[in-house]
Parts: sequence; structure tokens; C-alpha cells
Amino acid sequence: MSNISLDYVRKSYGPSEVIHGISGSIQQGEFVVIVGPSGCGKSTLLRMIAGLESITGGEIQIGKRVVNKLEPAQRNIAMVFQNYALYPHMSVFDNMSYGLKIRKVPKEEIRRRVEETAEILELTPYLKRSPRQLSGGQRQRVAMGRAIVREPDVFLFDEPLSNLDAKLRVQMRLEIKKLQERLGITSVYVTHDQVEAMTLGHRLMVLNAGSVEQFGTPIDLYDKPATLFVATFIGSPAMNILNGTVSEDASSIILPEGEVIPLGMRLNAQAGASVNLGMRPEHIRLATNGNALFSFKSDVIEELGADTIIHADFGKATSSMAVRLDGIHRVSSGTQFSFAIDPENLHVFDPESGKRIN
Amino acid sequence: MVENRPFFDTLTHIILILGVILIAFPIWITFVAATHDLARMSQAPIPIWPGSHFFDNLKLALEGKVVSGVDMLPVWKMMFNSLIMALMIAIGKIIISILSAYAIVYFDFPFRMGFFWMIFITLMLPVEVRILPTFEVVASLGMLNSYLGLTVPLIASATATFMFRQVFLTIPDEMLESARIDGAGPVRFFFDMLLPLSRTNIAALFVILFIYGWNQYMWPLLITTDSSLSTVVVSIKEMLDSAERTPEWNTIMMTALLAMLPPILVIVSMQKLFVKGLTETDK
Amino acid sequence: MIKRVHFPSSPLPYLLVAPQIAITIVFFIWPAGQAMYQSFLIEDAFGFGREFVWFENFEILFEDPLYADVFIRTIFFSVMVAALSMFLSLILAGFADRVVKGATIYRTLLIWPYAVAPVLAGALWVFMFNPSVGIIAYWLDLIGVDWNHFLNGGQAMALIVFAASWKQIAYNFLFYLAAMQAIPKSMIEAAAIDGAGPAKRFWTIIFPLVSPTTFFLLVINIVYAFFDTFGIIHAVTEGGPAGSTVTLVYKVYSDGFIGLDLGGSAAQSVILMAMVIGLTVIQFRYVERRVDY
Repeated sequence: MSNISLDYVRKSYGPSEVIHGISGSIQQGEFVVIVGPSGCGKSTLLRMIAGLESITGGEIQIGKRVVNKLEPAQRNIAMVFQNYALYPHMSVFDNMSYGLKIRKVPKEEIRRRVEETAEILELTPYLKRSPRQLSGGQRQRVAMGRAIVREPDVFLFDEPLSNLDAKLRVQMRLEIKKLQERLGITSVYVTHDQVEAMTLGHRLMVLNAGSVEQFGTPIDLYDKPATLFVATFIGSPAMNILNGTVSEDASSIILPEGEVIPLGMRLNAQAGASVNLGMRPEHIRLATNGNALFSFKSDVIEELGADTIIHADFGKATSSMAVRLDGIHRVSSGTQFSFAIDPENLHVFDPESGKRIN
Repeated sequence: MVENRPFFDTLTHIILILGVILIAFPIWITFVAATHDLARMSQAPIPIWPGSHFFDNLKLALEGKVVSGVDMLPVWKMMFNSLIMALMIAIGKIIISILSAYAIVYFDFPFRMGFFWMIFITLMLPVEVRILPTFEVVASLGMLNSYLGLTVPLIASATATFMFRQVFLTIPDEMLESARIDGAGPVRFFFDMLLPLSRTNIAALFVILFIYGWNQYMWPLLITTDSSLSTVVVSIKEMLDSAERTPEWNTIMMTALLAMLPPILVIVSMQKLFVKGLTETDK
Repeated sequence: MIKRVHFPSSPLPYLLVAPQIAITIVFFIWPAGQAMYQSFLIEDAFGFGREFVWFENFEILFEDPLYADVFIRTIFFSVMVAALSMFLSLILAGFADRVVKGATIYRTLLIWPYAVAPVLAGALWVFMFNPSVGIIAYWLDLIGVDWNHFLNGGQAMALIVFAASWKQIAYNFLFYLAAMQAIPKSMIEAAAIDGAGPAKRFWTIIFPLVSPTTFFLLVINIVYAFFDTFGIIHAVTEGGPAGSTVTLVYKVYSDGFIGLDLGGSAAQSVILMAMVIGLTVIQFRYVERRVDY
């Protein structure tokens, strides 16, 4: 088990830089998820930690060693790939023991470790089978098992669940979480799925276009998204973003239709400056007796049982808006609704830099 | 079949059977000729049904008494030469092709593409178009009348290299990555992963190349003047020439039968591999 | 072309390509260069002196009406072989594709000739058509055809076309059958529902859909007839009678090894090389697309 530290890590392919100086440290035993849209560089970063991609600049440390120049095999890491990369011509047992065999671990020791790991992963009956004869979930577990038997300092996961169907994915997600807690091995997990990221990670590193947008706990990211990108990336349905301007006294936002939304604080911004106002759909309430802040006509209604999502075209200029209400609300489209929201659930961003300003 | 037309179905089988007869007839006639004695084979019309002298002819051929009065290498020795040549060509081509494909796909090194194009060029230089200067090279290297001279110049293979390259490109990248994380170096990776993973391709290629090697004609004709090295395929021509004087078709056709037997056995018994090899290698 | 991740640089890849590259240089590139160089030389009959003559060997060839004859004959021969063997294979594959049970048995019985060496194929056919004992020559005699390919140039040409086509049917059949079996069944069923009978379906649906294979096979068959039929010709006619079955490759051989006209033979090699390069380019430019089945 080791900590990992990234110090201004960069990666270029020829003249184009795809990773722009990423720094951050991952504690011993921590489970960190790198999350971002496809093409943001998250897999590249993981592969740089693994030693599968060279490092153009900066430094990666695993434990006390700088690993920049080390071969993947020398870094004492294990990796689970998206397509599992099981060796198709070897049995499950041989797949799991291959790395140990190369490291010249004694036969008895190999057998003990593989059997122990198979026990944990409930793979014991399948040790003699070939990967072809296994189901998707079982293959996934073999890939994990191959990583676990190595007893590495670090686990690396490259979108390991994306080849599974939705139901299995939820189940395996829980298994991975339990396993990581039980083994306590420092883990770095890459995914584009924000729900997976939120449920698995102790901390999340949100990556966008090769830079870190925010690195924090799931609750940090949800409550205090540092940037517009993080705000819209985390949460489902996504956060509503409205255009607005700062009021005279900088303590409220004025929407294009003239509605005034008080912030409960004073912004450090010029009066009249345009801003983006973010509201999560689940934080918007139906207004009761006169505390309405804004209103709109419903368009499409999604009744999900546990909650009801009301969509609307909000005003003329701005984008669509979604509101999530608990429980069942029998409403038809075209109804006029009035809404309210608590000031602490408002997020204000500078549209230029995308940074949070409240 | 899409619709029920009993007449058409029968016609289908009739046509196919006619096709089979057309294809098999020359081989059948060869077999028949190899079962009669010299006397019967000297008078027209020759028979179309087998006779009873198969083993006599087999014995004559194997002992080298194909053409009376001509001292010839026993056919079994010729077949042994053919076998050595076919195996050396097939195995040699497979080894050097798989190694160069491995280098080209899994390593980045200066002149990589240069080497690739050099191998590609061999595709455009069949032995027939450079026969004389190649002969001179082999002669000047002192490789005439040797197994090496017979096989080595035929061993370079662009098609086999391309096939292995294709096979390697379909193996997921993660296989290498995973193996490297497991600590496998280039040599280990080759023997533990690539070789077993391309097993069926190697077998399919072997079938094709064995036939190719066994059936070589122009090259051995030129390179081997020493009769102890002659291959069975090449010697058929000599026998044909003598047939114009003494038409000992019974033993000549027995030799022809023996000469085509190994490749036919290979094709028929390994049909799946053969079809795979054929469709995958041919460019 | 290359894997995303590869092994770190080391001398190993050079060692791996070394055998192939060495053989390529020594036995392919160097001799090809020699052929080119020799094509610019004229050697006197005793091999004492050689003279650098630029394109004179080529000029002699192009002015030689005999060479033009050989050229045209080779093309005629190739077209005949390609047409005959492809047509027969297409028909056989079309019927074999319809057979539900026993298709593999037919395939097994039809692929033999691929295994037979060209020279053996020649021997088989020359035996069947042998004027004194050949069974087919005998049958032809019964219907009044006087067969003697040792004397009749046309018959000699017909015989090498038969032998060469026979050997190639197996190959063409396999590729046609594979292409036909790759056509989705639903497409054939749709045509049947539209009212097309088996023959109509074959010519309007199946044949157009296998046209990439037809083109691929055309190139392959022409290459085959040009370069791989030496053994057949050598066994059946030795180019005779009176040179009526000499093809380009056969002429390279006979001028070089029997006539010992090194310069002329080399010039012919160079012309052949140019043709192979042309055919290879066609094959790679237009035929690569056959991967779509």
C-alpha cells in the first residue's frame, strides 16, 4: 500500500498537449475516482500512472519512489481493463497466477494466494475454466482477481464496468466498493459515469480537457461545485443554469424576465455584471403563499413514482429548466407553477471563467 | 433452400455431381493407370476401370524402376527430398514471417517502415521474373545442389508477414499492457501470448505453405542437377520425356499418384484450416 | 499499423527482422537489380565480353514480331484460363450454395486439384490426351477428331488451357462459395417473395453481390496464368509445337537457360516485373475492399 503523488504532470503528443500540469495527492488506502467526459484525458492520466504512457513533464511518485522512468512491471501496480484483457488461451487459474509466475513466486505460495482470492471473489468453481466459458460478470471478477493476487501497492481501474449491462453494473459497483474497503489498497478508478464516481470514490478528481476542474469528496462536489463544468457534470437531472445579472447591491440576481432571486449574501461583483445562476432540480420547491420567486408553464411531465420531474421552457432566451418534486404530483402540461428555492442552494458562476463566485 | 422445387433440387445435385466427375476424372484415370501392368497400358484404348497390379507398380516405383533401363532415385527417396523441401520452406517462412511481423507491430524503431516496404516489395518479385540472377547468386554462394539452396531463397514471404501482422493487430492492445504490468518482457510475451494466440493461424498457414513447398517446380529444376536431391514433382517431367520412347505409363502414373498424395491428404484432412489459410493469406 | 503501446527500444526488433531482410536483399532485391543491370548489357555468345548498350535489348524485343506474338498469346492464354475456370467455379458454387445437406462433401470433392502441382496437372492431362494411348484422345478419335497436340498448335494451346483451368477451379470455387454464403439469407428470401425464381435470383442478386470476388479472382487468375503455369507448359508441350505455347515466363526461362541470351532474358524479366508491379498495385488499390464479406 502506498500513497501516490502527482506533481504538475503533463503529457503531449507531438505539439499538442493533452494533460496540462495535473497535481494532486492520493492518500494511502484511499479510493480516488477520476471522472470526466470522453476525451478529457482521464484514461491517459491513469495509463501514465501505470507506466503505459510516457510522462512528458512533471513527476509521479508511488510511495517514496519517483516512477517516471520505471517499467509498468516495476511499479508494483495492478490494473483492471475495460475489456478485462484476460488471456484467452489460459485458464482462470493461469490468468490469475501469470504475474506471480513471472515474478518467480514459489508454486505453493501462488496456489495459496490464487485460491484465497478466488474464495473472496466466489470464483473457486471456475478456476479450471477458460475465460470464454464465463459470463461477463465472472470475467470482470477474474480481472479483479488477477489484480488482487498480485498484492500490489496500487489498484488501477480503467472503466472496468462499462462492458456490463446496467443491472450487473450496479451490483459489481457495490462489490468493488466492499472489496476495496476490505483490502484497503490505494485505488485509482477511471470512469465517465458520474453516478459510479459518486458512489465509489472517497474523493473525485473531475477532469475536463486535460485539466483538473475540482478534486474533492462527492459531497463537496455536489454542494460546492467549484466550476460551472463540475456543477453541470455532477447530479442527475443536471443542474439548471440560468442567465442573470447582479443587482444594484450585489445581494441578488435578476433574471431576464425581471424576477429577483435573493442570495442571502453579498457577491464580490459589479452591479449589472452578467452571471450564471445554478439551481439543482431537486432543490426547487413549489412556492406556498406568496414566497414565490419565479414561475413557469410546465411542458413535459415525467412521473417516476418516487418523484416527479417537471420540464419547462423558462422564459424566452434561456435554456430549458427541470424541477424535481418528491412523490406523485398529478399535473398536466401547460399548467402555471410558482417556485421557490433556499439561498444556500444557489450557485453563482462567472460566465467568463466558469468559476464559482458565491 | 428458399422454395420447394424437387425437380430443381435434383438438378442441383446432378450438376454438382457432374462437376465432381469433371474434377476427379484426371485423378481417377491416374489411379487406374497405376493399377495395370505395362502390357495393358501400351494398347489403346487404355482402361477406365482399375486393374490388379497396384502393388506391383508401387514396388517398382519405390525401388526406382519407373523407367526400365534408366537408373533413377527410388521414389521414396524423392518423396523424402520433397518432404524436407516442403517442411523447410513452410517452417522457414512461418518463422521469419512471424518474427518480422512481431517486430513491425510491437516495436517502434528507426527504419521500421523501411523494412516493412522492403518486405512488401518481395510480393512484386516472384521467382519467375528474377530466375536467372537469383540462380547466379545461389551459384556464387555455393548453394547449388543443397537443401539450403533449394529452400532459403524461397523463404522470404510478404503474404505470411502480412497475415501475421493482421492477426497481431486484431489482438487487443490491452493484452500487451496487461502482460507488461504482469512483468512479461518481449521474449516472454512472444512465447506466452502471441504464439499460443496465433496457433490456428500458424496451422492454417502451414497447410498452405506445405502445399506450396511440395509443389515447387521451376526452382528445384534449376538448382538441383545432382539426382540424389531430385524431388518427386520435378522427376515427373523426366519420366514424361522418357514416356515418349518407352511409354511405361503404369509406373509413371503411380509416381504421379504418390507425388500428389501428401498434399491432397493434407488438404482433405485439414480442410477447415486450409480454407482459413487460403482466404486469410491471399492478400 | 503499430500498437498504441510498444516495447521500449532495444536491438531486439532488428534481430527479429534480420533473417527476412537478409533473404529479401540477397535473393530478391539484389537479383532484381542484377536483372535490371543485365538488361542493359549484351554478352557475346561465348561469355567473354559484355557491352553496355542502354535500351538496345528492349528495342530488339519490341521490334521482334515473335515477342509480340508471345505477348498476345500470353494474354489470350490468361484470359481463357480465367474465363473458363471462373465460369465453371461460379456455376458450381452457385449450385453448391443451394445445397443444405452435403455442401461440405461437395466442397471436399471439389478442392483436390488445388493440391496438385502444376507440372503434375500437366502430366495428368497430357496422359489423357496422349495421341497413342490417351483415353480422351481415343474418344475424340471415335467422334472423328484427330487429336495430336504434338503437331497441332491449337490443340496444344487448348490442352494447356484445360490443365491450367482445371487446377484453378478449386481455388475459385472456394472463394465464390465463401462469398455466396456470406450473403444474408433474408436477401435471397426477399427476392423469392418478390417472385424471382432460382435462376433469376442468381443473376440479379447473387452474381452482382459477389462482383468484388469476381474482380479479385480475375486479378488472381491472371497472375496465376502468367506466373504459375510454367510447370504445366513445361510438362505438356515444352512450348511447342513450333513455339505455339510459349508464354512470357516460359520464354524468360528458355532464352535464359537454354538460349543463354542473358541480356534478352533479363530485359524480359524487367518487363515482367513491371507487369507484376502493375497487377499488385491494381490488387491493392481496388481489391483490398473485398474485406466487406
